[in-house]
Amino acid sequence: MEVTPNASSKKKMSDNTKSSIFLSPALILLLIFFLTPMLLTIVFSFTNLALTGSQAQNIKFVGFDNFIQMFNDAQLYNSIGKTLLFVLFSAILGQCLLGFLIAFLMKGKNAAFRRAIGITVIAAWVTPEIVVGFSWVAFLGDNGTLNSIITALSGIEPIAFLFEYPMVSVVLANIWRGTAFSMMAFQAALDDIPLEVEEAAVMDGASRWRIVRNITIPIVKGTITTNLMLVTLQTLGVFTLIYAMTGGGPGNATMTLPVYMYQQAFVSYQLGYGTAISLVILIIGALFSLLYMRFLKVKV
Amino acid sequence: MRIGRTEKIIHHIVLICLGLIFILPLLWMLVASIDSSAIQALKIPEKYTLKNYMGILSDPSIIRSFLIGIFLSGGQSIIVVIVSILAAYPLSRYKPSYKKSFLYTILFLTSLPMTAVIVPVFQMFLLFNFVDKLWAVMLFTAGTSLPYAIWMMKNFMDSVPIELEESAWIDGASVWGGIRRVIAPLMLPGTFTVLIFTYTGSWGNFFVPYILIQSPEKMPASVTIFQFFGNYGLVNYGELAAFSVLYSAPVVILYYLSQRYMSKGFSLGGATKG
Repeated sequence: MEVTPNASSKKKMSDNTKSSIFLSPALILLLIFFLTPMLLTIVFSFTNLALTGSQAQNIKFVGFDNFIQMFNDAQLYNSIGKTLLFVLFSAILGQCLLGFLIAFLMKGKNAAFRRAIGITVIAAWVTPEIVVGFSWVAFLGDNGTLNSIITALSGIEPIAFLFEYPMVSVVLANIWRGTAFSMMAFQAALDDIPLEVEEAAVMDGASRWRIVRNITIPIVKGTITTNLMLVTLQTLGVFTLIYAMTGGGPGNATMTLPVYMYQQAFVSYQLGYGTAISLVILIIGALFSLLYMRFLKVKV
Repeated sequence: MRIGRTEKIIHHIVLICLGLIFILPLLWMLVASIDSSAIQALKIPEKYTLKNYMGILSDPSIIRSFLIGIFLSGGQSIIVVIVSILAAYPLSRYKPSYKKSFLYTILFLTSLPMTAVIVPVFQMFLLFNFVDKLWAVMLFTAGTSLPYAIWMMKNFMDSVPIELEESAWIDGASVWGGIRRVIAPLMLPGTFTVLIFTYTGSWGNFFVPYILIQSPEKMPASVTIFQFFGNYGLVNYGELAAFSVLYSAPVVILYYLSQRYMSKGFSLGGATKG
Protein backbone atom coordinates (compact mmCIF):
# COMPACT_ATOMS: atom_id res chain seq x y z
CA MET A 1 0.00 0.00 0.00
CA GLU A 2 1.28 3.43 -0.84
CA VAL A 3 1.40 5.79 2.10
CA THR A 4 0.26 9.30 1.35
CA PRO A 5 -0.11 12.41 3.47
CA ASN A 6 -3.56 13.19 4.72
CA ALA A 7 -5.00 15.74 2.34
CA SER A 8 -8.19 17.62 3.03
CA SER A 9 -9.38 17.16 -0.53
CA LYS A 10 -9.31 13.59 -1.71
CA LYS A 11 -8.45 14.71 -5.21
CA LYS A 12 -5.02 13.43 -6.15
CA MET A 13 -2.67 16.06 -7.41
CA SER A 14 0.03 15.09 -9.83
CA ASP A 15 3.68 15.35 -8.78
CA ASN A 16 4.10 18.19 -11.24
CA THR A 17 1.30 20.29 -9.75
CA LYS A 18 2.38 19.67 -6.16
CA SER A 19 6.00 20.43 -7.00
CA SER A 20 5.08 23.62 -8.80
CA ILE A 21 3.28 24.93 -5.72
CA PHE A 22 6.34 24.37 -3.54
CA LEU A 23 8.68 25.75 -6.14
CA SER A 24 6.69 28.86 -7.01
CA PRO A 25 8.28 31.28 -4.49
CA ALA A 26 11.74 30.22 -5.63
CA LEU A 27 10.74 30.48 -9.29
CA ILE A 28 9.32 33.97 -8.84
CA LEU A 29 12.45 35.23 -7.08
CA LEU A 30 14.78 33.60 -9.58
CA LEU A 31 12.74 34.89 -12.49
CA ILE A 32 12.64 38.52 -11.34
CA PHE A 33 16.03 38.92 -9.77
CA PHE A 34 18.19 36.42 -11.61
CA LEU A 35 16.92 35.53 -15.04
CA THR A 36 15.49 38.96 -15.95
CA PRO A 37 18.83 40.71 -15.32
CA MET A 38 20.59 38.07 -17.35
CA LEU A 39 18.22 38.58 -20.26
CA LEU A 40 18.52 42.34 -19.84
CA THR A 41 22.28 41.91 -20.08
CA ILE A 42 21.80 40.56 -23.56
CA VAL A 43 19.24 43.21 -24.56
CA PHE A 44 21.09 46.21 -23.11
CA SER A 45 24.36 45.23 -24.67
CA PHE A 46 22.76 46.13 -28.01
CA THR A 47 21.72 49.62 -26.84
CA ASN A 48 23.41 52.98 -26.40
CA LEU A 49 22.17 53.13 -22.81
CA ALA A 50 23.90 55.86 -20.84
CA LEU A 51 23.29 57.11 -17.32
CA THR A 52 23.36 60.86 -17.89
CA GLY A 53 22.99 63.37 -20.67
CA SER A 54 20.71 63.33 -23.67
CA GLN A 55 21.16 59.61 -24.26
CA ALA A 56 19.61 58.82 -20.91
CA GLN A 57 16.11 59.64 -22.15
CA ASN A 58 15.99 57.88 -25.47
CA ILE A 59 17.48 54.43 -25.39
CA LYS A 60 18.23 53.34 -28.93
CA PHE A 61 19.15 49.97 -30.29
CA VAL A 62 22.53 50.34 -31.82
CA GLY A 63 22.87 46.83 -33.21
CA PHE A 64 26.36 45.49 -32.88
CA ASP A 65 27.94 48.91 -32.23
CA ASN A 66 29.00 47.98 -28.71
CA PHE A 67 30.57 44.79 -29.93
CA ILE A 68 32.31 46.56 -32.80
CA GLN A 69 33.56 49.08 -30.26
CA MET A 70 34.76 46.16 -28.16
CA PHE A 71 36.74 44.70 -31.01
CA ASN A 72 38.58 47.99 -31.36
CA ASP A 73 38.94 48.61 -27.64
CA ALA A 74 42.55 48.04 -26.69
CA GLN A 75 41.65 48.36 -23.01
CA LEU A 76 39.21 45.47 -23.31
CA TYR A 77 41.94 43.18 -24.64
CA ASN A 78 44.17 44.44 -21.88
CA SER A 79 41.46 43.65 -19.32
CA ILE A 80 40.83 40.17 -20.69
CA GLY A 81 44.57 39.56 -20.45
CA LYS A 82 44.72 40.91 -16.88
CA THR A 83 41.73 38.78 -15.89
CA LEU A 84 43.30 35.64 -17.29
CA LEU A 85 46.61 36.45 -15.56
CA PHE A 86 44.80 37.10 -12.31
CA VAL A 87 42.86 33.83 -12.55
CA LEU A 88 45.86 31.79 -13.67
CA PHE A 89 48.23 33.00 -10.98
CA SER A 90 45.95 33.63 -8.03
CA ALA A 91 43.46 30.79 -8.49
CA ILE A 92 45.04 27.98 -10.44
CA LEU A 93 48.73 28.28 -9.60
CA GLY A 94 48.26 30.05 -6.30
CA GLN A 95 45.27 28.83 -4.32
CA CYS A 96 45.04 25.31 -5.72
CA LEU A 97 48.74 24.55 -5.58
CA LEU A 98 49.35 26.16 -2.20
CA GLY A 99 46.16 24.59 -0.83
CA PHE A 100 47.33 21.19 -1.99
CA LEU A 101 50.83 21.74 -0.59
CA ILE A 102 49.50 22.73 2.84
CA ALA A 103 47.04 19.83 2.94
CA PHE A 104 49.76 17.44 1.80
CA LEU A 105 52.32 18.61 4.34
CA MET A 106 49.71 18.48 7.09
CA LYS A 107 48.82 14.85 6.46
CA GLY A 108 49.80 12.65 9.35
CA LYS A 109 50.98 15.52 11.58
CA ASN A 110 50.02 16.12 15.16
CA ALA A 111 46.35 17.15 15.44
CA ALA A 112 46.99 20.28 17.52
CA PHE A 113 49.66 21.43 15.09
CA ARG A 114 47.34 20.88 12.12
CA ARG A 115 44.64 22.83 13.87
CA ALA A 116 46.90 25.77 14.65
CA ILE A 117 48.13 26.08 11.06
CA GLY A 118 44.61 25.46 9.72
CA ILE A 119 43.16 28.29 11.83
CA THR A 120 45.61 30.86 10.44
CA VAL A 121 44.74 29.90 6.86
CA ILE A 122 40.98 29.74 7.49
CA ALA A 123 40.98 33.06 9.37
CA ALA A 124 42.10 34.75 6.14
CA TRP A 125 39.26 33.09 4.28
CA VAL A 126 36.56 34.01 6.81
CA THR A 127 37.58 37.67 6.93
CA PRO A 128 35.33 39.86 4.74
CA GLU A 129 36.84 40.65 1.35
CA ILE A 130 36.94 44.39 1.91
CA VAL A 131 38.84 44.00 5.18
CA VAL A 132 41.30 41.72 3.39
CA GLY A 133 41.80 44.60 0.97
CA PHE A 134 42.66 47.08 3.77
CA SER A 135 44.88 44.61 5.61
CA TRP A 136 46.90 44.04 2.47
CA VAL A 137 47.14 47.72 1.59
CA ALA A 138 48.64 48.23 5.05
CA PHE A 139 50.75 45.07 4.90
CA LEU A 140 52.32 46.05 1.56
CA GLY A 141 52.50 49.79 2.29
CA ASP A 142 55.76 51.77 2.20
CA ASN A 143 55.87 51.70 5.99
CA GLY A 144 53.97 48.45 6.23
CA THR A 145 54.83 45.19 7.94
CA LEU A 146 56.39 43.53 4.90
CA ASN A 147 58.66 46.48 4.16
CA SER A 148 59.77 46.76 7.76
CA ILE A 149 60.68 43.06 7.74
CA ILE A 150 62.56 43.42 4.44
CA THR A 151 64.41 46.51 5.64
CA ALA A 152 65.31 44.86 8.94
CA LEU A 153 66.63 41.75 7.18
CA SER A 154 68.42 43.21 4.19
CA GLY A 155 68.64 46.95 4.77
CA ILE A 156 67.28 47.83 1.33
CA GLU A 157 64.94 50.76 0.79
CA PRO A 158 61.19 50.14 1.19
CA ILE A 159 59.48 48.95 -1.99
CA ALA A 160 56.19 50.58 -3.08
CA PHE A 161 54.60 47.22 -3.90
CA LEU A 162 51.19 48.58 -4.86
CA PHE A 163 52.73 50.98 -7.38
CA GLU A 164 55.63 48.98 -8.68
CA TYR A 165 54.14 45.49 -8.63
CA PRO A 166 50.36 46.06 -8.51
CA MET A 167 49.38 42.82 -10.24
CA VAL A 168 51.67 40.77 -8.02
CA SER A 169 50.15 42.51 -5.00
CA VAL A 170 46.52 41.73 -5.82
CA VAL A 171 47.45 38.18 -6.85
CA LEU A 172 49.20 37.61 -3.51
CA ALA A 173 46.28 39.06 -1.56
CA ASN A 174 43.83 36.85 -3.43
CA ILE A 175 45.94 33.73 -2.88
CA TRP A 176 46.09 34.61 0.80
CA ARG A 177 42.33 35.08 0.94
CA GLY A 178 41.28 32.00 -1.00
CA THR A 179 43.75 29.23 -0.19
CA ALA A 180 41.70 27.89 2.73
CA PHE A 181 38.94 26.70 0.39
CA SER A 182 41.34 24.53 -1.62
CA MET A 183 43.18 23.43 1.52
CA MET A 184 39.97 22.16 3.14
CA ALA A 185 38.90 20.37 -0.03
CA PHE A 186 42.27 18.65 -0.39
CA GLN A 187 42.50 17.82 3.30
CA ALA A 188 39.21 15.95 3.09
CA ALA A 189 40.34 14.12 -0.04
CA LEU A 190 43.81 13.24 1.24
CA ASP A 191 42.49 12.00 4.56
CA ASP A 192 40.36 9.51 2.67
CA ILE A 193 43.39 7.77 1.17
CA PRO A 194 44.10 4.67 3.25
CA LEU A 195 47.57 4.72 4.79
CA GLU A 196 48.19 1.15 3.61
CA VAL A 197 48.13 2.17 -0.04
CA GLU A 198 51.07 4.48 0.36
CA GLU A 199 52.84 2.23 2.83
CA ALA A 200 52.72 -0.63 0.37
CA ALA A 201 54.37 1.57 -2.22
CA VAL A 202 57.11 2.53 0.25
CA MET A 203 57.73 -1.19 0.91
CA ASP A 204 58.17 -1.68 -2.81
CA GLY A 205 60.89 0.95 -2.70
CA ALA A 206 59.06 3.67 -4.63
CA SER A 207 60.47 7.17 -4.26
CA ARG A 208 58.47 9.92 -2.56
CA TRP A 209 57.94 11.79 -5.78
CA ARG A 210 56.73 8.68 -7.59
CA ILE A 211 54.24 7.93 -4.83
CA VAL A 212 52.82 11.44 -5.03
CA ARG A 213 52.69 11.36 -8.82
CA ASN A 214 51.44 7.83 -9.35
CA ILE A 215 49.27 7.22 -6.30
CA THR A 216 48.23 10.37 -4.43
CA ILE A 217 47.43 12.63 -7.37
CA PRO A 218 45.41 10.06 -9.36
CA ILE A 219 43.29 9.30 -6.28
CA VAL A 220 42.44 12.96 -5.61
CA LYS A 221 42.04 13.81 -9.30
CA GLY A 222 38.29 14.35 -8.93
CA THR A 223 38.81 16.84 -6.12
CA ILE A 224 41.49 18.63 -8.13
CA THR A 225 39.15 19.16 -11.10
CA THR A 226 36.18 20.26 -8.97
CA ASN A 227 38.33 22.58 -6.98
CA LEU A 228 39.99 24.09 -10.05
CA MET A 229 36.63 24.86 -11.61
CA LEU A 230 35.06 26.35 -8.50
CA VAL A 231 38.07 28.47 -7.67
CA THR A 232 38.36 29.67 -11.27
CA LEU A 233 34.73 30.78 -11.31
CA GLN A 234 35.02 32.54 -7.97
CA THR A 235 38.15 34.36 -9.05
CA LEU A 236 36.70 35.44 -12.38
CA GLY A 237 34.19 37.66 -10.60
CA VAL A 238 36.54 39.20 -8.01
CA PHE A 239 35.85 42.93 -7.82
CA THR A 240 35.94 44.14 -4.22
CA LEU A 241 39.48 43.04 -3.38
CA ILE A 242 41.04 44.67 -6.44
CA TYR A 243 38.85 47.76 -6.18
CA ALA A 244 39.81 48.29 -2.53
CA MET A 245 43.52 47.67 -3.10
CA THR A 246 44.28 49.46 -6.37
CA GLY A 247 41.01 50.61 -7.93
CA GLY A 248 42.24 49.01 -11.16
CA GLY A 249 45.38 51.14 -11.26
CA PRO A 250 47.98 52.42 -11.28
CA GLY A 251 47.42 53.23 -14.92
CA ASN A 252 45.28 50.27 -15.87
CA ALA A 253 47.69 47.74 -14.45
CA THR A 254 45.08 45.78 -12.48
CA MET A 255 42.00 46.61 -14.57
CA THR A 256 40.43 43.15 -14.73
CA LEU A 257 37.09 42.70 -16.52
CA PRO A 258 34.86 43.28 -13.45
CA VAL A 259 36.72 46.49 -12.57
CA TYR A 260 36.61 47.66 -16.21
CA MET A 261 32.89 46.90 -16.34
CA TYR A 262 32.37 48.97 -13.20
CA GLN A 263 34.45 51.82 -14.56
CA GLN A 264 32.62 51.94 -17.90
CA ALA A 265 29.14 51.63 -16.39
CA PHE A 266 29.40 53.73 -13.23
CA VAL A 267 32.34 56.08 -13.71
CA SER A 268 32.03 56.81 -17.44
CA TYR A 269 28.25 56.26 -17.24
CA GLN A 270 28.24 54.05 -20.36
CA LEU A 271 25.74 51.48 -19.12
CA GLY A 272 25.26 49.94 -22.58
CA TYR A 273 28.94 49.34 -23.06
CA GLY A 274 29.33 48.24 -19.44
CA THR A 275 26.61 45.68 -20.04
CA ALA A 276 28.41 44.40 -23.12
CA ILE A 277 31.45 43.81 -20.92
CA SER A 278 29.23 42.00 -18.38
CA LEU A 279 28.15 39.75 -21.19
CA VAL A 280 31.77 38.84 -21.88
CA ILE A 281 32.25 37.93 -18.19
CA LEU A 282 29.01 35.94 -18.12
CA ILE A 283 29.96 34.04 -21.27
CA ILE A 284 33.39 33.16 -19.91
CA GLY A 285 31.72 32.07 -16.65
CA ALA A 286 29.04 30.05 -18.45
CA LEU A 287 31.65 28.25 -20.53
CA PHE A 288 33.60 27.31 -17.41
CA SER A 289 30.39 26.29 -15.69
CA LEU A 290 29.33 23.98 -18.53
CA LEU A 291 32.81 22.52 -18.67
CA TYR A 292 32.62 21.93 -14.93
CA MET A 293 29.27 20.12 -15.10
CA ARG A 294 30.51 18.11 -18.06
CA PHE A 295 33.78 17.10 -16.41
CA LEU A 296 32.20 16.00 -13.18
CA LYS A 297 29.23 14.21 -14.70
CA VAL A 298 27.12 15.50 -11.84
CA LYS A 299 24.18 13.31 -10.94
CA VAL A 300 21.04 15.15 -9.92
CA MET B 1 53.08 7.17 5.60
CA ARG B 2 56.47 6.77 7.23
CA ILE B 3 58.72 9.61 6.41
CA GLY B 4 62.25 10.45 7.41
CA ARG B 5 63.07 12.61 10.41
CA THR B 6 64.70 15.41 8.41
CA GLU B 7 61.79 15.47 6.02
CA LYS B 8 59.38 15.74 8.89
CA ILE B 9 61.30 18.70 10.33
CA ILE B 10 61.30 20.42 6.92
CA HIS B 11 57.53 19.90 6.65
CA HIS B 12 57.02 21.53 10.02
CA ILE B 13 59.27 24.47 9.21
CA VAL B 14 57.52 25.10 5.88
CA LEU B 15 54.11 24.95 7.55
CA ILE B 16 55.14 27.27 10.37
CA CYS B 17 56.50 29.81 7.86
CA LEU B 18 53.27 29.64 5.87
CA GLY B 19 51.25 30.00 9.06
CA LEU B 20 53.23 33.14 9.94
CA ILE B 21 52.66 34.65 6.50
CA PHE B 22 48.97 33.95 6.85
CA ILE B 23 48.68 35.43 10.32
CA LEU B 24 50.76 38.61 9.85
CA PRO B 25 48.24 40.82 7.95
CA LEU B 26 45.46 39.93 10.39
CA LEU B 27 47.67 40.22 13.43
CA TRP B 28 48.41 43.81 12.43
CA MET B 29 44.70 44.54 12.41
CA LEU B 30 44.14 43.05 15.87
CA VAL B 31 47.15 44.74 17.44
CA ALA B 32 46.66 48.13 15.75
CA SER B 33 43.07 48.22 16.97
CA ILE B 34 44.21 48.39 20.62
CA ASP B 35 47.30 50.52 20.01
CA SER B 36 47.02 54.17 21.05
CA SER B 37 49.53 55.16 18.36
CA ALA B 38 49.02 52.59 15.62
CA ILE B 39 51.16 52.81 12.49
CA GLN B 40 51.08 50.98 9.17
CA ALA B 41 53.45 48.26 10.33
CA LEU B 42 52.96 45.64 13.01
CA LYS B 43 54.52 46.75 16.29
CA ILE B 44 54.10 46.15 19.98
CA PRO B 45 51.87 48.95 21.33
CA GLU B 46 53.50 51.29 23.80
CA LYS B 47 50.12 51.92 25.31
CA TYR B 48 47.06 49.72 25.07
CA THR B 49 43.76 51.48 24.60
CA LEU B 50 40.10 50.94 23.80
CA LYS B 51 39.87 54.45 22.42
CA ASN B 52 39.83 53.23 18.82
CA TYR B 53 36.82 51.04 19.52
CA MET B 54 35.11 53.83 21.43
CA GLY B 55 35.67 56.15 18.48
CA ILE B 56 33.91 53.74 16.13
CA LEU B 57 31.13 52.74 18.51
CA SER B 58 30.28 56.33 19.43
CA ASP B 59 29.62 57.26 15.81
CA PRO B 60 25.84 57.01 15.33
CA SER B 61 26.12 56.68 11.54
CA ILE B 62 28.41 53.66 11.91
CA ILE B 63 26.06 52.06 14.43
CA ARG B 64 23.19 52.68 12.02
CA SER B 65 25.14 51.06 9.18
CA PHE B 66 25.67 47.98 11.35
CA LEU B 67 21.94 47.80 12.06
CA ILE B 68 21.15 48.17 8.36
CA GLY B 69 23.66 45.42 7.62
CA ILE B 70 21.98 43.13 10.15
CA PHE B 71 18.59 43.97 8.68
CA LEU B 72 19.69 43.33 5.08
CA SER B 73 21.66 40.16 5.75
CA GLY B 74 19.17 38.82 8.30
CA GLY B 75 16.18 39.46 6.05
CA GLN B 76 17.94 37.96 3.07
CA SER B 77 18.92 34.84 5.02
CA ILE B 78 15.41 34.27 6.35
CA ILE B 79 13.89 34.63 2.88
CA VAL B 80 16.49 32.29 1.41
CA VAL B 81 16.00 29.64 4.10
CA ILE B 82 12.19 29.60 3.80
CA VAL B 83 12.12 29.64 0.01
CA SER B 84 14.89 27.06 -0.34
CA ILE B 85 13.23 24.63 2.11
CA LEU B 86 10.00 24.90 0.11
CA ALA B 87 11.87 24.39 -3.15
CA ALA B 88 13.99 21.54 -1.85
CA TYR B 89 11.00 19.57 -0.62
CA PRO B 90 9.51 18.55 -3.99
CA LEU B 91 12.98 18.16 -5.48
CA SER B 92 13.79 15.67 -2.79
CA ARG B 93 10.39 13.94 -2.34
CA TYR B 94 8.42 14.13 -5.56
CA LYS B 95 9.35 13.20 -9.08
CA PRO B 96 8.16 16.08 -11.25
CA SER B 97 8.95 15.57 -14.92
CA TYR B 98 11.09 18.71 -14.99
CA LYS B 99 13.17 17.77 -11.95
CA LYS B 100 16.35 16.97 -13.83
CA SER B 101 16.38 20.07 -16.01
CA PHE B 102 15.49 22.26 -13.02
CA LEU B 103 18.37 20.90 -10.97
CA TYR B 104 20.83 21.28 -13.80
CA THR B 105 19.72 24.88 -14.29
CA ILE B 106 20.16 25.54 -10.56
CA LEU B 107 23.62 24.02 -10.61
CA PHE B 108 24.53 26.07 -13.67
CA LEU B 109 23.31 29.27 -11.98
CA THR B 110 25.32 28.60 -8.80
CA SER B 111 28.56 29.04 -10.66
CA LEU B 112 27.82 32.17 -12.69
CA PRO B 113 29.85 35.20 -11.58
CA MET B 114 27.08 37.42 -10.19
CA THR B 115 29.32 40.47 -10.29
CA ALA B 116 28.54 40.54 -13.98
CA VAL B 117 24.79 41.19 -13.77
CA ILE B 118 25.02 44.26 -11.56
CA VAL B 119 24.88 46.71 -14.48
CA PRO B 120 21.56 45.48 -15.91
CA VAL B 121 20.23 45.03 -12.36
CA PHE B 122 21.02 48.66 -11.68
CA GLN B 123 19.16 49.62 -14.85
CA MET B 124 16.22 47.45 -13.79
CA PHE B 125 16.23 49.14 -10.38
CA LEU B 126 16.18 52.57 -12.06
CA LEU B 127 13.32 51.50 -14.28
CA PHE B 128 11.12 50.27 -11.42
CA ASN B 129 12.26 52.96 -9.01
CA PHE B 130 13.88 50.36 -6.74
CA VAL B 131 17.17 52.23 -6.25
CA ASP B 132 17.71 53.00 -2.56
CA LYS B 133 14.92 50.61 -1.50
CA LEU B 134 16.38 48.24 1.08
CA TRP B 135 13.70 45.58 0.59
CA ALA B 136 14.45 45.46 -3.14
CA VAL B 137 18.16 45.02 -2.47
CA MET B 138 17.28 42.29 0.00
CA LEU B 139 15.12 40.44 -2.53
CA PHE B 140 17.75 40.76 -5.24
CA THR B 141 20.53 39.35 -3.06
CA ALA B 142 18.14 36.63 -1.88
CA GLY B 143 17.52 35.69 -5.51
CA THR B 144 21.22 35.48 -6.28
CA SER B 145 22.02 33.28 -3.28
CA LEU B 146 19.00 31.05 -3.84
CA PRO B 147 20.48 28.56 -6.34
CA TYR B 148 23.27 27.46 -4.03
CA ALA B 149 20.93 27.38 -1.03
CA ILE B 150 18.41 25.18 -2.87
CA TRP B 151 21.23 22.86 -3.91
CA MET B 152 22.55 22.51 -0.35
CA MET B 153 19.08 22.20 1.15
CA LYS B 154 18.09 19.46 -1.30
CA ASN B 155 21.18 17.45 -0.37
CA PHE B 156 20.38 17.83 3.32
CA MET B 157 16.77 16.81 2.76
CA ASP B 158 17.78 13.74 0.79
CA SER B 159 19.44 12.48 3.94
CA VAL B 160 16.19 12.62 5.96
CA PRO B 161 14.58 9.17 5.46
CA ILE B 162 11.13 9.34 3.89
CA GLU B 163 9.91 6.53 6.19
CA LEU B 164 9.81 8.95 9.12
CA GLU B 165 7.52 11.21 7.17
CA GLU B 166 5.35 8.31 6.09
CA SER B 167 4.77 7.28 9.68
CA ALA B 168 3.60 10.80 10.42
CA TRP B 169 1.21 10.58 7.48
CA ILE B 170 -0.16 7.30 8.83
CA ASP B 171 -0.85 9.16 12.05
CA GLY B 172 -2.95 11.53 10.00
CA ALA B 173 -0.53 14.35 9.29
CA SER B 174 -0.86 16.48 6.18
CA VAL B 175 2.07 17.41 3.91
CA TRP B 176 2.54 20.59 5.93
CA GLY B 177 2.28 18.69 9.20
CA GLY B 178 4.95 16.30 7.96
CA ILE B 179 7.26 19.11 6.99
CA ARG B 180 6.71 20.98 10.23
CA ARG B 181 6.89 18.10 12.66
CA VAL B 182 9.32 15.70 10.98
CA ILE B 183 11.43 17.38 8.33
CA ALA B 184 12.03 20.76 9.95
CA PRO B 185 13.46 19.44 13.24
CA LEU B 186 15.70 16.91 11.49
CA MET B 187 16.82 19.54 9.02
CA LEU B 188 17.87 21.96 11.75
CA PRO B 189 21.63 21.52 11.23
CA GLY B 190 21.23 21.86 7.47
CA THR B 191 19.00 24.88 7.87
CA PHE B 192 21.54 26.56 10.13
CA THR B 193 24.28 25.86 7.63
CA VAL B 194 22.33 27.52 4.84
CA LEU B 195 21.36 30.40 7.14
CA ILE B 196 24.91 31.07 8.27
CA PHE B 197 26.33 30.60 4.81
CA THR B 198 23.88 33.10 3.34
CA TYR B 199 24.34 35.54 6.19
CA THR B 200 28.14 35.59 6.00
CA GLY B 201 28.06 35.95 2.23
CA SER B 202 25.63 38.82 2.50
CA TRP B 203 27.44 40.56 5.37
CA GLY B 204 30.62 40.65 3.34
CA ASN B 205 28.91 41.79 0.15
CA PHE B 206 30.21 45.23 -0.68
CA PHE B 207 29.57 45.55 -4.41
CA VAL B 208 25.77 45.15 -4.53
CA PRO B 209 24.83 47.75 -1.87
CA TYR B 210 27.61 50.03 -3.13
CA ILE B 211 25.85 50.18 -6.51
CA LEU B 212 22.17 49.81 -5.61
CA ILE B 213 22.00 52.05 -2.54
CA GLN B 214 22.76 55.73 -2.94
CA SER B 215 21.67 57.58 0.20
CA PRO B 216 24.50 57.64 2.74
CA GLU B 217 22.01 57.02 5.56
CA LYS B 218 20.93 53.70 4.02
CA MET B 219 24.38 52.19 3.55
CA PRO B 220 25.20 48.93 5.36
CA ALA B 221 28.47 48.42 7.24
CA SER B 222 30.26 46.90 4.23
CA VAL B 223 29.97 50.24 2.42
CA THR B 224 30.57 52.58 5.35
CA ILE B 225 33.78 50.77 6.22
CA PHE B 226 34.95 51.34 2.65
CA GLN B 227 34.10 55.04 2.86
CA PHE B 228 35.85 55.25 6.22
CA PHE B 229 38.93 53.70 4.62
CA GLY B 230 38.77 56.22 1.78
CA ASN B 231 38.44 59.20 4.14
CA TYR B 232 40.59 58.30 7.14
CA GLY B 233 42.18 54.96 6.25
CA LEU B 234 45.65 56.29 5.64
CA VAL B 235 45.59 58.62 8.62
CA ASN B 236 43.83 56.85 11.42
CA TYR B 237 45.10 53.28 11.35
CA GLY B 238 43.91 52.50 14.86
CA GLU B 239 40.26 53.30 14.17
CA LEU B 240 40.33 51.61 10.77
CA ALA B 241 41.66 48.46 12.44
CA ALA B 242 39.04 48.66 15.19
CA PHE B 243 36.27 49.14 12.61
CA SER B 244 37.61 46.15 10.66
CA VAL B 245 37.66 43.95 13.76
CA LEU B 246 34.10 44.95 14.69
CA TYR B 247 32.91 44.40 11.14
CA SER B 248 34.62 41.01 10.81
CA ALA B 249 33.60 39.73 14.25
CA PRO B 250 30.06 38.57 13.38
CA VAL B 251 31.16 36.36 10.48
CA VAL B 252 34.08 34.93 12.45
CA ILE B 253 31.74 34.03 15.32
CA LEU B 254 29.15 32.56 12.95
CA TYR B 255 31.82 30.53 11.20
CA TYR B 256 33.01 29.19 14.52
CA LEU B 257 29.44 28.23 15.52
CA SER B 258 28.70 26.59 12.19
CA GLN B 259 31.91 24.63 11.90
CA ARG B 260 30.49 21.34 13.03
CA TYR B 261 27.55 21.54 10.64
CA MET B 262 29.39 23.14 7.78
CA SER B 263 31.50 20.19 6.67
CA LYS B 264 28.42 18.16 5.73
CA GLY B 265 26.76 20.45 3.26
CA PHE B 266 29.77 22.38 2.23
CA SER B 267 32.25 19.72 1.17
CA LEU B 268 32.79 19.35 -2.53
CA GLY B 269 31.68 15.74 -2.25
CA GLY B 270 28.34 16.79 -0.84
CA ALA B 271 27.73 19.15 -3.70
CA THR B 272 28.43 16.67 -6.45
CA LYS B 273 27.77 13.24 -5.00
CA GLY B 274 30.25 11.20 -6.95
